[in-house]
Amino acid sequence: MSRRSDTLEPRTVEADKVVDSVCPYCAVGCAQKVFVKDGKVTQIEGNPASPISRGRLCPKGSASKQLVTSPTRVTKVRYRRPYATEWEDLDLETAVDMIADRVIKTRRQFWQEETDGKRTRRTLGIASLGGATLDNEENYLMKKLYTAMGAIQIENQARI
Amino acid sequence: MAEAHPVGFQWVVEAKRRGATIIHVDPRFTRTSALADVHVPIRAGSDIAFLGGLVNHVLSNDADFREYVVAYTNAANIVDSDFQDTEDLDGLFSGYDPESGHYDPTTWRYEPPEDPTSDEQELQQELEHEEHEGGSDGHAQAHLAAQSEARGSGGAAVPWKGRRDETLQHPRCVYQILKRHFSRYTPEMVQEVCGISPEQLRQVAESLVANSGRERTAAFCYAVGWTQHTTGAQMIRTASILQLLLGNIGRPGGGIMALRGHASIQGSTDIPTLFNILPGYLPMRHADQHQSLDQWLADDEGKAGFWGESRSYAVSLLKSYWGDAATPDNDFCFDYLPRVTGDHSSYTTVKAQIEGRCKGYFLVGENPAVGSANGKMQRLGLANLDWLVVRDLQMIESATFWKDGPEIETGELVTEEIGTEVFFLPAASHVEKAGSFTQTQRMLQWRDKAVEPPGDARSELQFYFQLGKRIRQKLAGSTDEMDRPLLDLTWDYPADELGDPEPETVLREINGTGPDGAALSAYTELKADGSTACGCWIYCGVYADETNMARRRKPHWEQNQVAPEWGWVWPANRRILYNRASAAPDGSPWSERKRYIWWDADEGKWTGDDVPDFIPDRSPDYVPEDGAKGPAAIRGTDPFIMQTDGKGWLFATVGLADGPMPTHYEPPESPLPNPLYQQQNNPTRRSLATASNPLNPSYTEVFPYVFTTYRLTEHHTAGGMSRTLPYLTELQPEPFCEVSPRLAAERGLEHLGWATIVTSRTAIEARVLVTDRVRSLRLGDRTIEQIGLPYHWGPNGLVPGDSPNDLVNVTMDPNVYIQDKVGTCDIRPGRRPRGSALTAYVEEYRRRAGVEETTTEGTQG
Amino acid sequence: MSTPVESSLWGRLDDPAADAGYADHPKRKGFFTDTSVCIGCKACEVACKEWNQVPDDGFLLTGMSYDNSQQLGASTWRHVAFVEKPIDVPAPVDLGMPTIGSEDQGAVSGDAGVRWLMSSDVCKHCTHAACLDVCPTGALFRTEFGTVVVQPDVCNGCGYCVPACPYGVIDLRKEDGRAFKCTLCYDRLKDDQTPACAQACPTESIQFGDLDELHERADRRLAELHEKGVDVARLYGRDPEDGVGGDGAFFLLLDEPEVYGLPPDPVVTTRDIGSIWKHVGAAAGALVAVGVASFLGRRR
Repeated sequence: MSRRSDTLEPRTVEADKVVDSVCPYCAVGCAQKVFVKDGKVTQIEGNPASPISRGRLCPKGSASKQLVTSPTRVTKVRYRRPYATEWEDLDLETAVDMIADRVIKTRRQFWQEETDGKRTRRTLGIASLGGATLDNEENYLMKKLYTAMGAIQIENQARI
Repeated sequence: MAEAHPVGFQWVVEAKRRGATIIHVDPRFTRTSALADVHVPIRAGSDIAFLGGLVNHVLSNDADFREYVVAYTNAANIVDSDFQDTEDLDGLFSGYDPESGHYDPTTWRYEPPEDPTSDEQELQQELEHEEHEGGSDGHAQAHLAAQSEARGSGGAAVPWKGRRDETLQHPRCVYQILKRHFSRYTPEMVQEVCGISPEQLRQVAESLVANSGRERTAAFCYAVGWTQHTTGAQMIRTASILQLLLGNIGRPGGGIMALRGHASIQGSTDIPTLFNILPGYLPMRHADQHQSLDQWLADDEGKAGFWGESRSYAVSLLKSYWGDAATPDNDFCFDYLPRVTGDHSSYTTVKAQIEGRCKGYFLVGENPAVGSANGKMQRLGLANLDWLVVRDLQMIESATFWKDGPEIETGELVTEEIGTEVFFLPAASHVEKAGSFTQTQRMLQWRDKAVEPPGDARSELQFYFQLGKRIRQKLAGSTDEMDRPLLDLTWDYPADELGDPEPETVLREINGTGPDGAALSAYTELKADGSTACGCWIYCGVYADETNMARRRKPHWEQNQVAPEWGWVWPANRRILYNRASAAPDGSPWSERKRYIWWDADEGKWTGDDVPDFIPDRSPDYVPEDGAKGPAAIRGTDPFIMQTDGKGWLFATVGLADGPMPTHYEPPESPLPNPLYQQQNNPTRRSLATASNPLNPSYTEVFPYVFTTYRLTEHHTAGGMSRTLPYLTELQPEPFCEVSPRLAAERGLEHLGWATIVTSRTAIEARVLVTDRVRSLRLGDRTIEQIGLPYHWGPNGLVPGDSPNDLVNVTMDPNVYIQDKVGTCDIRPGRRPRGSALTAYVEEYRRRAGVEETTTEGTQG
Repeated sequence: MSTPVESSLWGRLDDPAADAGYADHPKRKGFFTDTSVCIGCKACEVACKEWNQVPDDGFLLTGMSYDNSQQLGASTWRHVAFVEKPIDVPAPVDLGMPTIGSEDQGAVSGDAGVRWLMSSDVCKHCTHAACLDVCPTGALFRTEFGTVVVQPDVCNGCGYCVPACPYGVIDLRKEDGRAFKCTLCYDRLKDDQTPACAQACPTESIQFGDLDELHERADRRLAELHEKGVDVARLYGRDPEDGVGGDGAFFLLLDEPEVYGLPPDPVVTTRDIGSIWKHVGAAAGALVAVGVASFLGRRR
């Protein structure tokens, strides 16, 4: 037996912390344990304590570490100008600022104080799709902000 | 279920081990079928006929759980004498208006009382008023705005509980109507519609009956095989009828379970990012119907059951949105709510994008260019925006359509001519943010944050909080009335150094707070006077005692089998809804074996392992006084406490757009005429007429085969989270279609060779798997071939391929505006034409099939 | 610690760890894979790769039902086999003649239904492991748990082990040169953890534990299935008297082993040292037989 074999340990014992999580794929809601070392995810596996999943994961749940550490994840803002043929870089702060400007402009442009003589105070210029993969808290803020904006074409995968 | 929810399927395997019979109904033989006792191959989209055959079996053999049916359902209720069934009208119910394509459900009501009380009269007047309001059909308006979905946590209101004949002999009682209605669904008819043999139907029916009653229960699990049809809501209704007849609702081991497909798709319905509802299934404000706060709440307020308290829920929501600005004097900022005027659903919005009426679009963890029906429509919409914000983990097709979408290849779109400004913002993954998901059994589970998101990646919570802050800053000082709702919004969450709000403060806002600012414990504490705030009334209690109940993780081995201390289930941490039905009318368990919730006479309360879904101390012999309202009107034997009549509805007097009972109609594209009635399709289906959404004519030889789409275990929906990962991609590396050996022989398809599948929308290519798992179905004297298409692929990802959703047409269920995933097609060996030759190829098919070019744009339904 | 030396090459051996020189050691660990509850989800394949950091094995649609990882190898340590078999019907005797003409003929295909067998294959961790016997560097060794592990820091990629395995499990990773296979998560075992595949398996098709206890469990399960009339159920690799002295990873199958691509009578190739190549020939012959059998199976 080599020295490596002799002293071998599962890498999870070296984790700085083990964080409780939930699988992000389907709606079964399998509990996950996320092992973190030096600020990086080193392993994700099922949590046996869960009465739903009893520690088990399907192939997608089992691939969660690859999902969150994927080298093809996009980690920088990408920007495509109208009629452009390529992406450009854009600073995150600038991007959010530009989006805020566009929301304000489009909202105003398509504002309907009334529709067919009935008060509607809304905009049909802005729509949104998505939410089923997101947290309740996120959906809540989205709907709250959109409603205050007067945007009503707010939808998610539940419709599809 | 094994295919798309493998870990949930462990409980099916466990049940089988303990002696349960597993029946799997699916067009294809899947990994679920492999472990089932019985696999029932069915023609895609014909489920109402199959379930109707089961209902017919139960009713014609008197095999229902009679005590349950009489006491807990509306079987005994007498229906209005003007009601006419599809039996009388060849596939239509009474009240259909062919011009508008809508039903007026007035004749579906319970027979009016001969001597109505003043309350009943008042309610009836209200309903009639609604009916004629605004000069147009009130119900048509309601359905256009998809308001039936506002019943996501309870039933529609009825003006009176109605006269009952508990012998079930009255010819107009629901039981007898149901019996007549479903008598057409004979085993022979089921075979002709579904391709299921009478022997197999009997086998399933007998198994269900044998496993229902006092001692036993049976459960139904379904997914988008039921929802994604023009008759989707009614398919589930048929299952509800069957389960009510068999006494399988509100009891352990019973029920109908939606196996939902995304981590928090249930949560995003409860706290909706949906056009037609507000948190807690409160309807969105309608411009015509809801001109005042009172009108908005009129449907439910003051009526029997817990919806009777809707004013408290609504006012508390307005308080949580607009805080101090919301006062009794301004109707709690009710005027700030934007109004709907009809269908603003996703597909209708895409049509508006194509027509240039909607110019800004946020895509948040969703990839409609691959995941939605008729991908071309989606991409044409995206290409006609002013600006598009895409937030995702990977570079998905909906962000790159302008560069490499299929229409760029065909020349239908040219990159340099697409004016859409695209912002791609990287999103944080599930381990890079804390928050709660609501899983498919309504359970909220909290995730802690494990690591920081990489680079520019941020949570949606951070993004929307910052976007809202910025918009408010830019509008600060505006005197324009239209900006008041934004400026008065409560939007001051404590945030960390990345600007990420503390998610538990948001959950606490959702939970709600009382006059003293402390977290509330239950929605029964909500008040209509503005003294409480609550972001989603059905979630009230998730932060009881200032504790994040969704974060509870007591191991299951330290708890009873209900495991109430793991996570938190809405409402009130109740695991089985309507569980008062698990006890007999007198409050005793139906049987020892199926004991769950029962009346403890000594203690004077309901008890059991779960939280009773009933007023805790309401005794089984309680009879409400005349004129009682809200919860006080709930009889001690009425388990369905969200219904105004307290009964499970075998017959839906109101609330559905397409009839009080389910009826089989053919999918919008079908290879055969409807064997049941002259009426071919759902008469109230919602069609979307636009040039990019042509429909195949039914029963044409040009498109002779049925296709349907589905998932594989190894992938996830539109693939953004799976076909980007090597470990999942290697397991199912390429798009393929599955065909029977007979179809392969008929069309010369070779195993592992290429095939081109074509509809009026487009043609795609996929590799061929010839397999006995796809059965040729015999329907009467003809054989139907079905083609199976896993839909996970698109032009991006580790192994690119054509997207099967490009084949699907958009025709929608009239209740919920979900598309029908079944269609007709042709299939030919070989790869599809490239470039502009592809459009010519599809054009030629359309010409041969006689598909009319859509020149007039419009929606119908 | 000195490297234990495998001493017994053949015959019944109840304690391979002791035989390898471990004086005081934990009970022998193993897998019992009950294929009757396998749903073919492949969670085992992915969980194994995530834990052991095994690279992907290429993106190839094979057309072998839903099996696109094909076989065990250096980069596939768990492999789920999928076998589609039309259900045998006691119908008119099929003379094996080509059918003629009648338009309806094709529709008959699959009408009686189909069986879809799934089985998660893995290194057998043989009681008598030829791979270990032939390894010249001592890279392959018997662990204190009675399992067989290849040590990547020792392996020199000579490849002797590859033809020695009677099951065709161990293989060299081309881009790396060394031999790899299932370690039964040796590192996790040392910390008293369940191997990644068994931990993930949704339906408990893969069960991990003390081998003697697993034997009992498997025997009970087999009896239960036989009682239910599932006569085809059988155990594979359970018998300590078989050609490899029984497997540390054994199976409950619902058909002949050949149907799953498993050799019917594996024999430790070092039984008669010096005649390895003869046995390799036999193993290849067995694989041909598997091909024929599945072809015939399809025709039935």
